[in-house]
Amino acid sequence: MIHIKPYLRLAGLEPLVIRPETNFVNVGERTNVTGSKKFARLIKENKYEEALSVARQQVENGAQIIDVNMDDALLEGVKAMTTFLNLLQSEPDIARIPIMIDSSKFEIIEAGLKCVQGKCIVNSISMKEGEEKFIEQAHICKAYGAAVIVMAFDEKGQADTKDRKIEICERAYKILVHQVGFAPQDIIFDPNIFAVATGIEEHNNYAVDFIEATRVIKQKMPLAKVSGGVSNVSFSFRGNDAVREAIHAVFLYHAIKAGMDMGIVNAGQLEVYDQIEPRLRQLCEDVILNQNNDNNQATEALIQYADEVKAKGQDGGKAAEDNSTKMAWRNKSVEERLAHSLINGITDFIDADTEEARLKYNEPLEVIEGPLMAGMNQVGDLFGSGKMFLPQVVKSARVMKKSVAVLTPFIEAEKERKKLASINPNGPSAGPAKILLATVKGDVHDIGKNIVGVVLGCNGYEIIDLGVMVPADKILAEAEKHQVDIIGLSGLITPSLDEMVHIAKEMKRRGMHIPLMIGGATTSRMHTAVKIAPEYENGVIHVLDASRSVTVAGSLLNKDQRAPFLKELEEGYTQLKSDFDNKKTVKQSTPYKEAVKNKVAIDWTHFEAPTPQFLGNKEIIIEDLSVLVDYIDWKPFFIAWELHGNFPAILTDEKVGEVASKLYKDATNLLNTIVQEKWLTAKGAVGFWPANANEDDVTLMNGDQKMELHFLRQQAKKAAGQPNFSLADFICPASENKKDYLGAFAVTIHGIEKHIKAFEANLDDYNKIILQALADRLAEAFAEYLHAKTRKEYWGYAKDESLTNEDLISENYIGIRPAPGYPACPDHTEKYTLFELLDAEKHTGITLTESLAMYPASSVCGWYFANPQSQYFGLGKIQQDQVEDYAKRKQKPIEYITRWLQPVIE
Amino acid sequence: MSIQESLQKRILVIDGAMGTMIQRHKLTEEDYRGERFANWHCDVKGNNDLLCITQPSIITGIHLQYLEAGADIIETNTFSSTSIAMADYDMQELAYELNVAAAKCVRDAIQQYQSKHPNSTEKYIAGSIGPLNKTLSLSPDVNNPGYRAVTFDEVVIAYTEQIKGLVDGGVDVILIETIFDTLNAKAAIFATKEFFRKNQIPELPIMISGTITDASGRTLSGQTLEAFYTSIEHAKPLSVGLNCALGAQEMRSHIEELSQIATCYTSAYPNAGLPNAMGQYDEAPHQTAHFIEEWAKNQFVNIVGGCCGTTPEHIKHMADNVRHITPRPLPIVAPTI
Repeated sequence: MIHIKPYLRLAGLEPLVIRPETNFVNVGERTNVTGSKKFARLIKENKYEEALSVARQQVENGAQIIDVNMDDALLEGVKAMTTFLNLLQSEPDIARIPIMIDSSKFEIIEAGLKCVQGKCIVNSISMKEGEEKFIEQAHICKAYGAAVIVMAFDEKGQADTKDRKIEICERAYKILVHQVGFAPQDIIFDPNIFAVATGIEEHNNYAVDFIEATRVIKQKMPLAKVSGGVSNVSFSFRGNDAVREAIHAVFLYHAIKAGMDMGIVNAGQLEVYDQIEPRLRQLCEDVILNQNNDNNQATEALIQYADEVKAKGQDGGKAAEDNSTKMAWRNKSVEERLAHSLINGITDFIDADTEEARLKYNEPLEVIEGPLMAGMNQVGDLFGSGKMFLPQVVKSARVMKKSVAVLTPFIEAEKERKKLASINPNGPSAGPAKILLATVKGDVHDIGKNIVGVVLGCNGYEIIDLGVMVPADKILAEAEKHQVDIIGLSGLITPSLDEMVHIAKEMKRRGMHIPLMIGGATTSRMHTAVKIAPEYENGVIHVLDASRSVTVAGSLLNKDQRAPFLKELEEGYTQLKSDFDNKKTVKQSTPYKEAVKNKVAIDWTHFEAPTPQFLGNKEIIIEDLSVLVDYIDWKPFFIAWELHGNFPAILTDEKVGEVASKLYKDATNLLNTIVQEKWLTAKGAVGFWPANANEDDVTLMNGDQKMELHFLRQQAKKAAGQPNFSLADFICPASENKKDYLGAFAVTIHGIEKHIKAFEANLDDYNKIILQALADRLAEAFAEYLHAKTRKEYWGYAKDESLTNEDLISENYIGIRPAPGYPACPDHTEKYTLFELLDAEKHTGITLTESLAMYPASSVCGWYFANPQSQYFGLGKIQQDQVEDYAKRKQKPIEYITRWLQPVIE
Repeated sequence: MSIQESLQKRILVIDGAMGTMIQRHKLTEEDYRGERFANWHCDVKGNNDLLCITQPSIITGIHLQYLEAGADIIETNTFSSTSIAMADYDMQELAYELNVAAAKCVRDAIQQYQSKHPNSTEKYIAGSIGPLNKTLSLSPDVNNPGYRAVTFDEVVIAYTEQIKGLVDGGVDVILIETIFDTLNAKAAIFATKEFFRKNQIPELPIMISGTITDASGRTLSGQTLEAFYTSIEHAKPLSVGLNCALGAQEMRSHIEELSQIATCYTSAYPNAGLPNAMGQYDEAPHQTAHFIEEWAKNQFVNIVGGCCGTTPEHIKHMADNVRHITPRPLPIVAPTI
């Protein structure tokens, strides 16, 4: 009689049976666009044939299954998966092994399943979006004959503790086996491997949680398998492959003993447990098993070891090294030590090392031009090649500044001596190229500009930073006075765009020749090409971000490159401009009068406005900022640092996770200090007024005084049934004879200047920029907090609401809070009315600049609309007929309106 | 008695070649067209499935011969009755109708047989689903290996239509056969499972029969036998087996392997040897039956029969030789590793 065991059986062209005696099954991870840069690039460039070689390499290196993932925002996932897998089927040496189809989008998974004749693994499904979807997806996987990886993820979130992992896996198992009829051996659990040794204490037990959960899962469900993404565990050590491989080996050693069957690994990079250098192995054991780890001791020890390995270079990393080399880099030459400190952002030894170098060299200036510049050039190269990220570069700059500060008195003294001796042996030194930076008149935002300054400074340019709200005259006069080589302008709010056009015109009038760089959130390549570049012929360049500024400045200041660079740029801009001009004519619009008729249809018959707790305005001051911390949306914080991605996923991102985690740690540390030591105060004002709409105007009763708000209406031609939105649509019209209300708020964060100055004095750009970015986040958090309070209490129209921070970030609340100057109501001048209604200056201390930016920079204001049908929208372009009508309604000259609404006028 | 019950008791015999038997009638273009397609705009000679509509008595007659020879399972003459395969004759619209008609031919034959032999054992109709003339794992263009002439979804749609015709026509089993590309078979399995799930009809059993094309021991799309079995196991088939391409002699080692790994019943219906220089099969009925008898004795098989080149005589010899042999028992699937 034949007995057949319920093994997990998979197949490519050949079978893969996973038996108890089967060793750990390696799943190749490099054919994953999110994990392998090279693979991602090849797929994006449509070089599928070459991408196959990545797969082949995995197979050659011993992968028994290959994981294929095409999850990238820039890729059509379904198409990429289909194309790649179809091609792969024609390569018998690759297609011989089973395929793991990996995507967070089920449609991509299904597309993959349609291409593969063998028995695949689907990676993954989960109960994240509830049982119903889970069951449906499991049925589909079953109909295609695939095994599935079930992530330990349910409606409540991703399991991080042992108990949650077990609980979710058991629940999923029961559903799959009893409801779906899944073969138990075709179920593979991924109980989530998270990064350890991140410096965050709660993370220290993650590996233990995984290992222990695995043990229990395998006991309770012996036919099921356990898998996981192994490299996650060592994310904190990204860039240090020697240490990462050792961590993986130690982790796997224990996880496999506990019953882990397979894992996604870099098949070419697996260290043998026994061959790990004993000390490193012990350190890894401590970190993985979370032992000897009180106060992060084990973590710190491994980090220190990792730094040493890194200092030695990757090649030496694998070879064992003993204890005494803990600070090996300290024994190297002073030049190497300076470079090490610069690259690693270490300030501890910089004063002494700089002094040592000063004594070694003939002149203090030579230290800067020699070893310091050499180190910074390395930083620049690493940054340019994507091996360092912005937060690290800013730390390097801090080291550089400190070193230069040590040298400066000696350089000055040297200058004096030469002057006294009246000797000028070499003539005036050419010195580094100078770049002038300024945030334009009327604008107060400078985080981006500061970052650009630091990055350019790191690349050897002398930066003259004129600060914020700088008038054109001053910018140009300073530029001439210092004979700078480039002017860089920054701005965040829309009126700054006009100021930039104005400066370009002025440069032409003054007959200047130096190029002009344009940057900041509100700027764009299109606006630069269409509006600014035509005003000045000696080079206007839009620079997307700080990283880009280095190459642009480099091209502009290189004699040979400059002309071709500008020529190419000009051609690009001319093309853009002509595209823009051509496009303009084909856009369809609706006459304003008709747009008004096509308003948002709200049935007011049964409308009854919720009544606010109070009418008029009220001051809100928060001294204990801890109430705001939970409302912080971190994503923009990371974007400010040019780290793009969702929070908290970014902390474990394969590419920038390490940097992001460090930055997050530094930021939360500073945030704690800010909160505990009450560095900053949040001041705000909130108010509500009876209001009724009359077409696009809203009349408010401020006490006995009637006040008018003026809104704008979309004029794009809409599909049938689609309204032309105006914010006024969300307020009950006067003709209904019913009560309705409108609210407003303004919030700001005070007290940053003193601390900025302290950081500046300490040459600490890194913390200065963190502080600025945090203040912005706190202002936004305050707005979020106040809005919640308004919904639940002050206005009280959503008393029972319970929303998570994610819900808030994705704007899942009832009602909206659009800000004057932003997409739904782009007229900044309505801020005057808003400020008057709120007594905002008095209550909050916010002042408005001539461009209607708010100062302090970390301020937010807006209107509150409570109607459940109210929603955010973008105004789009408006036509001349509306401009004229709007001017009449606002009782302002058309020129005035045209100037303020320039960006939205067709 | 259900087919499952019969399989527990004895080895079942499936019929032999249809094409070989049709060739004996030496039909002309006119015969193929019949009255209904007399003015059809392209040639239809060679469209054997069409005969279920135009010459049903010939097809019913062939089925009857196989029943008389001792076959327990009769395949519908629907190997190419899908919209995709019928496109060769521009008859894609007929796919559903062909399947219903083909099932009726078998039903009529069984009725005639049973009225003659009122005490006969149970006979079963297997709805034959062929591999299609377009394949999902292979590119027809050597210069563009990523190209596919057809998509999975298109294949599923075509098979679903065929399955509906077969089920409406009253078949007892769905037989996915002559599989040289496992992905096509997976599409057929997918279509079958979804058809029953979506229409909330109790599932009919599925028989699966793959084709090892040559001495490499692999399917045309490159899978080894075990990989093939692993890839279709999710169908939870009534039986899995091999047919076509090889004669019994060449098929032996493969059917032996399959009998060791398959948790379901096994089937084998080889060709009558390998074709000779003239492309004809000349293995004698008793020769084929001899091989099959040996397999049966070794408990390799539960269902036996013939493919290309086999005739009612071959089937009769087989049926006689295996009638009293104990069938292969189903393997025991251990509850634990």
